[in-house]
Amino acid sequence: MISEGSSFIKGMLLGGLFCAVVTLLGNFNTGHQSTTDHLHHHIQVPSKEELLKLPEPKRLELSQSIRVYCAILVQPRELSYWAAVKETWSKHCDKAEFYSPENVKVFHSVSLDTKDKWLMLRNALKHAYTNGKGYSWYFVALPSTFAIIENLKFFLLNKDPGQPFYIGHTVKSGELEYAELEGGLVLSVEALRRLVGVFSDSVKCPEQGSVLWKLTEEKELAVCLKYTGVFAENAEDSEGKEIFNTKSVNALIKEALAEKPQEVVNGCCSDVAITFHGQSPNHMQVLMYGVYRLRPYGHTFHDSLIFLPPVDSDND
Amino acid sequence: MAALSSRCCFSLGFLVGTCTLYFFLTQVWFERKFSLQLDSQVPSTAGQLGGENQSWRVEGSALISLRYPHLQGKDSRVADQLYKKVRILCWVMTGPDNLETKARHVKATWSRHCNIVIFMSSREDPDFPTVGLGTKEGRDQLYWKTIRAFQYVEQHHSHQADWFLKADDDTFVVVDNLRWILSNYTPDEPIYFGKRFKPYTKQGYMSGGAGYVLSREALRRFVEGFRTKACTHTTSVEDLALGQCLEKMGVLAGDSRDSIHRETFHPFVPEHHLTMKFAKSFWYWNYCYYPIVEGPQCCSDLAVSFHYVDAELMHMLEYYTYHLRAYGYQYRYQPSLPEGVEPNSARTEHSPLGTERDAPGNGSSKL
Repeated sequence: MISEGSSFIKGMLLGGLFCAVVTLLGNFNTGHQSTTDHLHHHIQVPSKEELLKLPEPKRLELSQSIRVYCAILVQPRELSYWAAVKETWSKHCDKAEFYSPENVKVFHSVSLDTKDKWLMLRNALKHAYTNGKGYSWYFVALPSTFAIIENLKFFLLNKDPGQPFYIGHTVKSGELEYAELEGGLVLSVEALRRLVGVFSDSVKCPEQGSVLWKLTEEKELAVCLKYTGVFAENAEDSEGKEIFNTKSVNALIKEALAEKPQEVVNGCCSDVAITFHGQSPNHMQVLMYGVYRLRPYGHTFHDSLIFLPPVDSDND
Repeated sequence: MAALSSRCCFSLGFLVGTCTLYFFLTQVWFERKFSLQLDSQVPSTAGQLGGENQSWRVEGSALISLRYPHLQGKDSRVADQLYKKVRILCWVMTGPDNLETKARHVKATWSRHCNIVIFMSSREDPDFPTVGLGTKEGRDQLYWKTIRAFQYVEQHHSHQADWFLKADDDTFVVVDNLRWILSNYTPDEPIYFGKRFKPYTKQGYMSGGAGYVLSREALRRFVEGFRTKACTHTTSVEDLALGQCLEKMGVLAGDSRDSIHRETFHPFVPEHHLTMKFAKSFWYWNYCYYPIVEGPQCCSDLAVSFHYVDAELMHMLEYYTYHLRAYGYQYRYQPSLPEGVEPNSARTEHSPLGTERDAPGNGSSKL
């Protein structure tokens, strides 16, 4: 009896040791490999040289041809954020659709008839795919996120929507790389097509989520996309700064004040940032003013794209 | 028999050990974020990031900007011309206790866009640097500090600038927009601008916190007023007292609103003006010289100032003004160039909608 017990313990210890050794060796080997993979996982905004190669009429054509469908996943208790998003940045999407778990009287939304977050995301994306034909990019956001769609379009300018793209503020959990929902994520029409395809596979991408333990919906999304050969990628500007942010401007400036007090604004955030997260509804109005209106007189950017202000709007 | 069961136990234990550690490692140990900044790939251009090439000459306690701070990627010819045509000396009202908490952030942000900036304190500090005005500190000293500061500026720097701005260490100013407002006036006119309040005076006076700017002639008359005792220290309410003195000395209170009558100097933070509904009993309603507009039209796109701005907001506003933008966006408000200023390249004159141009001071309303 005792000898069996001690055999068991010995076995366990040896098994654990074996596993640790294998994993360490494995990581060491893939260590180099993963850094080269990471290099491919950082996509940059188009460079000035790239843009200048395009003739002027082509640039105008491109400005109008990149069409973004915004899917915003709201909860009924987030009414003030919902209202803020409706009145602010979502007006700059080519189409903005709000998805809620159930019918809400105050605002129009697509009811998904479920409270489960993963199921909500699945159904929203399915709906976006079937109802959002003719759009090349699908941007998914929460109402606590603020987005600058023009900068998203600028970033996507030289990317082919016929290729599978899944881009956002990408982080790694275990072996899984996924885009954090708080920072907003964008799928090309090809990525979405593949995703909707794998939704019907109840083994790879079950409705109830992973069997072993519950993952957040953003991770479930990454798992399903991975099965179709689509991997999460990070985005940055020409200086290497992140453009999908999971923090608010306030938080990022605070960090820069503490860590890089000599170069706060330069060290903080990108000039062409796409998203910030955690801004209050009031501050979203301030952001509209700061992004679309407030500027110093006498400076001009010779941008290669042209975006016009939306109709019937006065805060931008 | 015993050996067999012992081996089974061993194998079972081995399996359990392996699986346990595997799950432990993947779920807990390797939970790491991988937002790599490819520092090795992107060339380090720390000095030119954002491209703020600037040089200062220190003259006593004055920081004199030698060249307009250029920003990468921008065509700034118009701003350059205005920088030379409309020279602004900014003096910032501060105190020894506020140097590290407030004045430091003014120094790091908007004051770099002035032609000359001087920090005024009760006590001299050669390192910051600040001028010592020889007063005490406190709200009741505000007008004394203002008088002494303007006298100092008039004595040492009146030939080096055309306009003289006073701001607090919690005021945020967009100096380029101030140059645009002032470009339609000359420094030889006796005039001053700011957020106009109406009570207690015939022509109104300018809010102290929102900042106000005097022409060279206005400055001369203010100092003259004290020299001849036409003006004296009547009250410590600095902005009102200054307004009363200037009115006495024949200095005009100007209209600082943009070409479609939107305010440019603001006595509160952007969030308040853009989103809050002021209570009807709030003093502000009775003080404003021009009608208050609530909501997004409260504030011009070419705003000049905001007040009660803390350190964090100071940097945020600098980021919003000079950095963060919507790529390719065609602004709704496109005022025409001031007289005698050459445009940035021809491309900017082409507006796809053919929007009308408004000259500052023109009454037409356009949105």
